[in-house]
Amino acid sequence: MGNSAIRLAATIAATIGLTAAAGPATAYTVYVSNEKGNSITVLDSATLEVKETIPVGQRPRGIILTKDGKYLLICASDDDTVQILDVAKREVVGDLPSGPDPELPNIHPSGNPVYVSNEDDNLLTVIDLDQRKVVAEVQVGVEPEGVGVSPDGKIVVSTSETTNMAHFIDTGTYEITDNVLVGQRPRFAEFTADGSQLWVTSEVAGTASVIDVKTRKIIKTIGFSIPGVQQEQIQPVGVRINKDGTKAFVALGPANRVAVVNAKTFEVEKYLLVGQRVWQLAFTPDQALLFVTNGNSNDVSVIDVPSLTVVKSIAVGSSPWGVAISPH
Amino acid sequence: MPIGYLKQEVKRLIPLSRLNVEPDDLGAAGAEIALQDDNTTGRFTKQQFTLDVEPVPVGGDAVAALEKLVESGHHFVLVDAPAETLLRLSDAVKGKDVLLFNVRAPDVSLRQEDCRANVLHTAPDLDMLADALAQYLVWKKWSRWLVVKGVFPADLAYLDALHRAAKRFGGTIVEEREYKETPGARRSDSGQLQIQLQMPVFTQGAPNYDVVVVADETEVFGPYLPYRTWDPRPVAGTAGLTAMSWHPAHEQWGATQMQNRFQRFAKRFMLPLDYQAWVAVRAVGEATTRVGSGEFGAVNAFLRSDDFGLAAFKGQKVTFRRWDGQLRQPIIVAGPDLPVSMSPQEGFLHEHAEVDTLGIDEPESKCKFQ
Repeated sequence: MGNSAIRLAATIAATIGLTAAAGPATAYTVYVSNEKGNSITVLDSATLEVKETIPVGQRPRGIILTKDGKYLLICASDDDTVQILDVAKREVVGDLPSGPDPELPNIHPSGNPVYVSNEDDNLLTVIDLDQRKVVAEVQVGVEPEGVGVSPDGKIVVSTSETTNMAHFIDTGTYEITDNVLVGQRPRFAEFTADGSQLWVTSEVAGTASVIDVKTRKIIKTIGFSIPGVQQEQIQPVGVRINKDGTKAFVALGPANRVAVVNAKTFEVEKYLLVGQRVWQLAFTPDQALLFVTNGNSNDVSVIDVPSLTVVKSIAVGSSPWGVAISPH
Repeated sequence: MPIGYLKQEVKRLIPLSRLNVEPDDLGAAGAEIALQDDNTTGRFTKQQFTLDVEPVPVGGDAVAALEKLVESGHHFVLVDAPAETLLRLSDAVKGKDVLLFNVRAPDVSLRQEDCRANVLHTAPDLDMLADALAQYLVWKKWSRWLVVKGVFPADLAYLDALHRAAKRFGGTIVEEREYKETPGARRSDSGQLQIQLQMPVFTQGAPNYDVVVVADETEVFGPYLPYRTWDPRPVAGTAGLTAMSWHPAHEQWGATQMQNRFQRFAKRFMLPLDYQAWVAVRAVGEATTRVGSGEFGAVNAFLRSDDFGLAAFKGQKVTFRRWDGQLRQPIIVAGPDLPVSMSPQEGFLHEHAEVDTLGIDEPESKCKFQ
């Protein structure tokens, strides 16, 4: 039995293209929100199989795990609430008072509070997770969407899609300290692990802006170009940067590609073909795999990070949107 | 930064459906909500925008109204008026630091032989609308069209656009039928019974066809056709499946927020003219933000440059064509309740941008920018 278990692990490792040095894949739990399906699909990162589908509120979009890994926070946009899913019980155990039409949540490195953008109200809502109470509302630009939190927890950035700005907000005072004009329709904001840069994707401009956090100036605007794909199909949304700050992965929407960007030189190194209308992405905690959601083909593509290859596509629910991965 | 909205009132026929009566604040409400968007951005850039609506009564002096706006510092003015009024206004401010936005007139001539250097068009023209619809019909393999047309000049202008679109995208007009009745009273008791008998007879005996395409811009008979044709066929054109810049139930690409914002403000649904005015006011705001000042020459130049682009809930940026000042935009193809599709359709290729398969492309342009 011991032998067969080892054989099985080896087979799985080979199937998903991991190198022998990486050892057997660690089993993480992957959560995917299905925007049209009103459900969360639970996947196993080792077997790459669907374990479960949990019904949740209407139009679940952005999702994030609490720092203790016990709860999944789900923006149920059409229910105007953020639902709290107990991942052990696999059921919704409460709500956060998010305000109308919450889309994308983020969380302070200390585990509290939670930041939610309210597209309809031009607000960034700050919610205390323990008390489940709104502690602050920050007036930002029109149609806020992306929420980035600096690794030191001192800055939260909200991107507004019609105002086309990244608003830098002091997490102590909730005052906006800087506004950086970026490309049309900024969707997502992600700090590098060392906190020195903020990457903002602009869906309609088709670019990613790299902002120097110290000077609050754009140091690079990255464009994308794929042979055979019309320029207007290239619509960057999600972006994730690896921990050592060498590679960034940018989901390009209806271009059906994930761009691999050298995060030092800002050159695009590779385009990985994934499913249709790719929007959000998440690393496994060991950063060996990257899961990306394909909203129009109802699947999740799994990218093997060391080899930069797409190793599997997994069918999930209807219109997958957000993705979050638990270390457990 | 003051922005003007000049509205020339026009005597219009009552539409057949009371759902289609124009709201009093049509267009202006779209401009107002865009102003709020501009000013939300302006809070961060220390730029302030204002909007002044100048209504001109039927038979009133539109040129005098525009001059009044210009004298009070309005360099950017939205014009909600028929083509002939727009041309008079354009000529009156020729050479001055004034840019007009045509938010209403769909006339092709305004983008062709009558195009003007001081006008940008956020309203789609008839060619663009006919192309958007034709691409969808051809994609759907409904390529044989029974065209039924009214007798007004506007109907014939749309008919020209249909002919052009059929030729470009492979539609076949199997027959053209004219609806000769001129409009009388729009409603009468028990009139529906008559219509139920008239419309099947009117569409009887046509060669084999896939879809009725109606050219009836003033709603004399078009809305009577769906469900009443002799053969069971869909209806498209100015009634039934229709091409438009905006639909009140369009919710793709973040449009939900736009619709919510608009409905909260105006207490009604957002209509195409509201969208066309929204785009114009947002374009001024966006250019001002990017240029970093409200200086007329700089904003005017930026609007026409390759650097300008506006996120406008269409899944791609909208820009102005350099050859005729027309807003380059995807077009919604919709039934009464819901959008059905958005053109350009897949497979209609273009050398530079697929959206330029809609309307007048550069090689066909006759615009000399007087």
